[in-house]
Amino acid sequence: MSQKTTGNVINIKTGLAEMLKGGVIMDVVTAEQAKVAEDAGAVAVMALERVPSDIRKAGGVARMSPPEVIEEVMKSVSIPVMAKCRIGHFAEAQLLQEMGVDYIDESEVLTPADEEFHVNKHDFKVPFVCGAKNLGEALRRIGEGAALMRTKGEPGTGNIVEAVRHMRRINREIRAVVSASDDELMTMARDFAAPYELLKIVKAEGKLPVPNFAAGGVATPADAALLMQMGAETVFVGSGIFKSDNPEKFAKAIVKATAHFDDPAIVLEASKELDGVAMRGTEISEIDEPMLMANRGW
Amino acid sequence: MCKKKTIGVLALQGAVEPHKPHIEQAGAQFKTVKKSADFRGVDAYILPGGESTTMLNLINRFALWDDLAAEFAKKPVWGVCAGSILLAKTVKNPSQSSFGLLDMVVERNGYGRQIDSHHDEINGYNVSFIRAPVIDAVGPGVEVLAEHEGKPVWVKSGNIMATTFHPELTLDFPSPMHRSFVDLIG
Repeated sequence: MSQKTTGNVINIKTGLAEMLKGGVIMDVVTAEQAKVAEDAGAVAVMALERVPSDIRKAGGVARMSPPEVIEEVMKSVSIPVMAKCRIGHFAEAQLLQEMGVDYIDESEVLTPADEEFHVNKHDFKVPFVCGAKNLGEALRRIGEGAALMRTKGEPGTGNIVEAVRHMRRINREIRAVVSASDDELMTMARDFAAPYELLKIVKAEGKLPVPNFAAGGVATPADAALLMQMGAETVFVGSGIFKSDNPEKFAKAIVKATAHFDDPAIVLEASKELDGVAMRGTEISEIDEPMLMANRGW
Repeated sequence: MCKKKTIGVLALQGAVEPHKPHIEQAGAQFKTVKKSADFRGVDAYILPGGESTTMLNLINRFALWDDLAAEFAKKPVWGVCAGSILLAKTVKNPSQSSFGLLDMVVERNGYGRQIDSHHDEINGYNVSFIRAPVIDAVGPGVEVLAEHEGKPVWVKSGNIMATTFHPELTLDFPSPMHRSFVDLIG
């Protein structure tokens, strides 16, 4: 089921991810937005200085948010608060832990600080979530101590296509591992560049050793329902809420659609309650190569 | 031989599936419950761990409050962590509405944030406290089945039970708490 510790208890870090299942985690940049998210039924918020679509527009180096922004959000809501550090920037992660955030996202949305190595997440008491495009990447992050995975998608685009690609690929690769014989696993570990011991867990359990959430490009209730039906256990929504016409209604509708993702009648109901149009969105081929966030991470 | 009892786990959000092996190994059937139509055939309910604000929100928006209250009035209910908050008569930090079926005062996130989450043994069984609430006080009709750091963490009153911790995240099935709840159903 998940990582085990002594006494046969699921790791306390993964335990919190279990509590967030079936919910929506929303990007927020102010305390007011955090309240809107909480009132709409978000299970957690991600405190940021700018949502991904604004990070794209602004260009330059995207870093950890100023501590005041994060602390203000932490004070304003009772649900868990997550925050992002740059890939490999363990000093930013230390600051986030010092502030007492509930989850750290070592995120490709920010400009990477290390082009070879990720943070050694075992060193931290606060749990980490990381993004992945494929099974090997997911298992490398889990090997480094990530307690929760999410698809990368292409953040800030309002375009679901990359999240779908990543979810499908991870599912397909898990199926390949499950159907492989034990004799084949070590070669698979080499091909996926994934830790052998974790591949054995994937083979035995038919899923990742930690919960698998979806992120990147969610803009509508139907987007959330799509990813949930593909096996995501919770969805992250970045720019999709506060870059829409009507954040309050979009937030509520996406929460509703996620809770009943397998009931098209309710997802339809939610889709009629938006009272505005979704964020405009970006076609992936219009993005210059260096700004493709999904390619960040190693 | 009587028919196996069915335990409905409210599945609007939260840690639902981890209850399945515990319930089955304790000799009952597991069922997820999201709508009033799902209540049929359910003998007892679990309000699972998750975010209590989200669950309250969804219960209200899906107009489930009255139907759930009617079910809870006649069948056993167990609230786990967030679920225990939904059952408490009084909720602090911040105050919020609840079914008020257990005469107790709970403080949300009473131990602090995730960094204060921890494992500990309750009646010899290793469990998880995750951003757990603290039961500050219980009324005279409430039986305290276990304490932790001097505060009640497992309580019962009639056929209403609450734990502030998560036995469902322990992988030795079934937990003593699941066994006890199945016994309560009779």
